Amino acid sequence: MGGALSSLTEVTRIQELIYELAINRVMTKAVISVSPDTTVWQLKEILRLNRISGTPVVEDGRLVGIISIEDLIKSLEQGDTQVHVREKMTTRLVTVHAEESVIEAVKKFARYQVRRLPVINDKGELIGILTNGDITRGVLEAIGVNGPSDDRRLSKKQIFEQILSDQTSVMLRYVVKAQDFKGGGHASSRLKLTLDRMGVSRQVLRRLAIATYEAEMNLIIHTQRGGELIATVQPEKIEVVAVDSGPGIPDIEQAMTPGYSTAPHWIHELGFGAGMGLVNIKKCADEMKLESELGIGTRLSFAIYPRLHTPEAVHAEQGGHKSA
Amino acid sequence: MLLREIVQMVEGSYLTQEAKLDLAIPFAAASDLMSDVLAYSRPHCLLLTGLANSHVIHTAEMADIAAIVFVRGKVPLAEVVEMAEEKGIPLITSPLSMYEMCGRLFQAGLTGCGMQSKA
Repeated sequence: MGGALSSLTEVTRIQELIYELAINRVMTKAVISVSPDTTVWQLKEILRLNRISGTPVVEDGRLVGIISIEDLIKSLEQGDTQVHVREKMTTRLVTVHAEESVIEAVKKFARYQVRRLPVINDKGELIGILTNGDITRGVLEAIGVNGPSDDRRLSKKQIFEQILSDQTSVMLRYVVKAQDFKGGGHASSRLKLTLDRMGVSRQVLRRLAIATYEAEMNLIIHTQRGGELIATVQPEKIEVVAVDSGPGIPDIEQAMTPGYSTAPHWIHELGFGAGMGLVNIKKCADEMKLESELGIGTRLSFAIYPRLHTPEAVHAEQGGHKSA
Repeated sequence: MLLREIVQMVEGSYLTQEAKLDLAIPFAAASDLMSDVLAYSRPHCLLLTGLANSHVIHTAEMADIAAIVFVRGKVPLAEVVEMAEEKGIPLITSPLSMYEMCGRLFQAGLTGCGMQSKA
């Protein structure tokens, strides 16, 4: 490293890299496109949400135009919010081919003064979009300045294999606030992610997450002061307890009836309150217990035994051959 | 059926950068009631819904839903889209009604999740 000669060879290598770099290596593959029948108003939302300044227009898989924020502003100035993209889009299309060098794209950006270039394949289908930013990032990555770091991805840790004890249990506690509809699901989401990192299988994870989410929504909808979700994780058993301090359930048997609900009507607008929560928890868990006292509070516990849900166990339960 | 084919069939537009165009979708579920989705959906299915709040994203996360299509041109709030982006769940909006969308996808061979029997 160092010295005039080696920096000269470095420059040549970078030039070569840029000429060799194909557009399909740097383009954005997840193209956000709109249909010609999208209204200008919807387009405004799509551009805003994705923080993009334009998008290709696709009809029946074929690229038919491109619409930019400038076109949008013109329509909005004229008060045309319900007009369709079809009438405002640019149909004079400048495209690049996926296999071409990024140099070709750089030339087209300069010649046509466009901000984005749709990328097409041999069949003429839209497969990506390219901006100047994509090229800069791609070139930087190619020369190793800006490469994606590998250590960002968390590897699943088999935590129980790392801990040496006669019995290990990990306790995870989450506080759930009453009436916090916006934050609803946050606790279950973090629990699911944590258990995933601990190496719990997808199948067990899904059952547990669904049951916990239902329990979390119950705490949010029905309690006066919120409550807690406490998960106790052991290799052979995962238990979740939802506790609150009231108002309590007057009739547990009735509460367990499918379709019975005491949730206020507006909860339906959130997609809940159908009287299926407890029923669903029972369905997902291997065991469930519900205790409640009016004015004191409710304690719901459910557990899953991961070994009952290994692929072999599920196969046996579904009528596979079980050896005695 | 691939997600890219589905998006084309329902004339959908992506709301997320997360697109997973080549994701294979085995079944679909359609409901505005998240309790039903939690109870009867199957992992990796597509969810069609008219509900556009954060609970749809959480439901999808818990139930391992592959992607969500909003019917009748609904677009959720930016914070909801951001949440889906974080969780890697593609969001699509379609101008079609729920009925029309189900009809098209079913006709094209995308079947429902079926009622799962109680384990």
